[in-house]
Amino acid sequence: MELPVLNNTASEAPKGGCSAGSCGSTDDQMSHLPDSIRDKVKNHPCYSEEAHHYFARMHVAVAPACNIQCHYCNRKYDCSNESRPGVVSEVLNPQQAVKKVMAVAATIPQMTVLGIAGPGDALANPERTFETFRALSEQAPDIKLCVSTNGLALPENVEEMCKYNIDHVTITINCVDPDVGAKIYPWIFWKNKRLKGREAAAILIEQQQKGLEMLVAKGVLVKVNSVMIPGVNDKHLEEVSKIVKAKGAFLHNVMPLISEEEHGTFYGLTGQRGPTNEELQELQDACAGDMNMMRHCRQCRADAVGLLGEDRGAEFTLDKIEAMDIDYEAAMKMRAEVHAAINEELESKHAAKESKLVSIQGLKKEATRPVLMAVATKGGGVINEHFGHASEFLIYEASSDGVRFIGHRKTIPYCEGGDTCGDGESALDVTIRELSGCEVVLCSKVGYEPWGPLEAAGIQPNGEHAMEAIEDAVLAVYEEMRAAGKLEAKADAAQKAA
Amino acid sequence: MALEIIESCVNCYACEPLCPSKAIYEAKPHFLIDPDKCTECAGDFEDPQCATICPIEGAILDENGVELNPPGSLTGIPLEKLAA
Ligand code: SF4
Ligand code: SF4
Repeated sequence: MELPVLNNTASEAPKGGCSAGSCGSTDDQMSHLPDSIRDKVKNHPCYSEEAHHYFARMHVAVAPACNIQCHYCNRKYDCSNESRPGVVSEVLNPQQAVKKVMAVAATIPQMTVLGIAGPGDALANPERTFETFRALSEQAPDIKLCVSTNGLALPENVEEMCKYNIDHVTITINCVDPDVGAKIYPWIFWKNKRLKGREAAAILIEQQQKGLEMLVAKGVLVKVNSVMIPGVNDKHLEEVSKIVKAKGAFLHNVMPLISEEEHGTFYGLTGQRGPTNEELQELQDACAGDMNMMRHCRQCRADAVGLLGEDRGAEFTLDKIEAMDIDYEAAMKMRAEVHAAINEELESKHAAKESKLVSIQGLKKEATRPVLMAVATKGGGVINEHFGHASEFLIYEASSDGVRFIGHRKTIPYCEGGDTCGDGESALDVTIRELSGCEVVLCSKVGYEPWGPLEAAGIQPNGEHAMEAIEDAVLAVYEEMRAAGKLEAKADAAQKAA
Repeated sequence: MALEIIESCVNCYACEPLCPSKAIYEAKPHFLIDPDKCTECAGDFEDPQCATICPIEGAILDENGVELNPPGSLTGIPLEKLAA
């Protein structure tokens, strides 16, 4: 029996905790959107689950100032909304940023989106942000621009922002209730005063919502990010999801709080924990009924450069880009060719999937329990990364309904981890912990050493599907599990959990 | 009458554009206030703007060397946790 690949099929009625039309995969989520928006999103590495295997985005650190404080952020480091904690970016001036973007675009043609997200708040530094956008709109019109903001200064900047090639804006909205907000934001800078507590949170929330409405009215794509903070806003985020969708945000991305003592943040030092992978997935599923969820967001480093979890930033340091001589006219031609080839590949994949779907329609499916599988990939939608080199895994769920993408889990590459990282935990331990809930890990190769511990943790290593398309391989393994009678084993537990 | 930025400044640029007296300038290893220009915002704002947006506790001192944002005052982190 063959199963449909749920990603990219809008026709399959989703099962489980999802309501029709806005769950499962990005393309499903897009099915209700007008063509103009679908077009904008099609090749978007941030928004299209499929495109993020092929296209890349980058950020430039031109906006160091911030106008609020979040309890999960330590201002000695980059903004935690857009970066992993503890990262410090070298701040660029707008001229340096423009040069860097053009150097990367000429070298990595897959780079299609440039974002300004920090290291503070893009709109707390309007001159620096807009000077960068202005120059890029003129000199590199084939690059889409995006901006991420906490929303406080959004309403006053909407008009200016719309003058440039801005195709989307991300607002981090963690709450719509000032009492919840007072537990997340210790202060805001507002009209030349530092305000605290509920009053501060109420103003921030008002500005965020107003900004969201203004952008939607102008036809700008708006994505909403939320940080899930257990015990603070985890229950509340379902309501946030409903409200921002009602106002026209087209995607909602729930990210886990990352909180460690050594980050020196309020949450880190007061013992506020982040959610487990299971809790995060549960909330994402709960919100998915009301909202388009983006599960492939990688909480990338704000200054990372490259495809899917890779970081080629070291090739584009200030002194290296100073020395580069870029012919952007020529680069644009080359980029257009590369983009056309990728689009062609995507189109033919779509066609192949559609015909496959037709061929299996009408087959009766025997309900079996869902299985999570982790996949090591360098991009291109195929299994092409060694287990030991992977710094992140993509998580897919196979079930009788097909395959759906669930999210990313980051880890420390086993081969680079050395003996220990931190509290005597080996890199392999970290990976095994991150892969909790997965029963299979698919990679192009896996060494002898990790094999035993993985199996002992209930995660079957599998290197037999190297270079195969991810979804096909996940389905094939699921079918093998079915044939081996492994899909009944945990059925009771899975049903209880459902 | 002038404020002072000290070495715990993280060079976030937030204060510089807010100064009504153009007293703040980028310098190495951190931003500085020109004491001859700083008016402590008197006549322009109720609160000294640099110290009102600065996110780093202890980075800005008054003329007596007193921290305008003492430890814990901005982050809300309890003092015993900060010391640890
Ligand atoms: S106190 Fe006011 S005048 Fe003095 S440096 Fe700060 S912002 Fe400028
Ligand atoms: S706001 Fe504070 S940390 Fe930022 S540059 Fe000014 S003095 Fe330094």
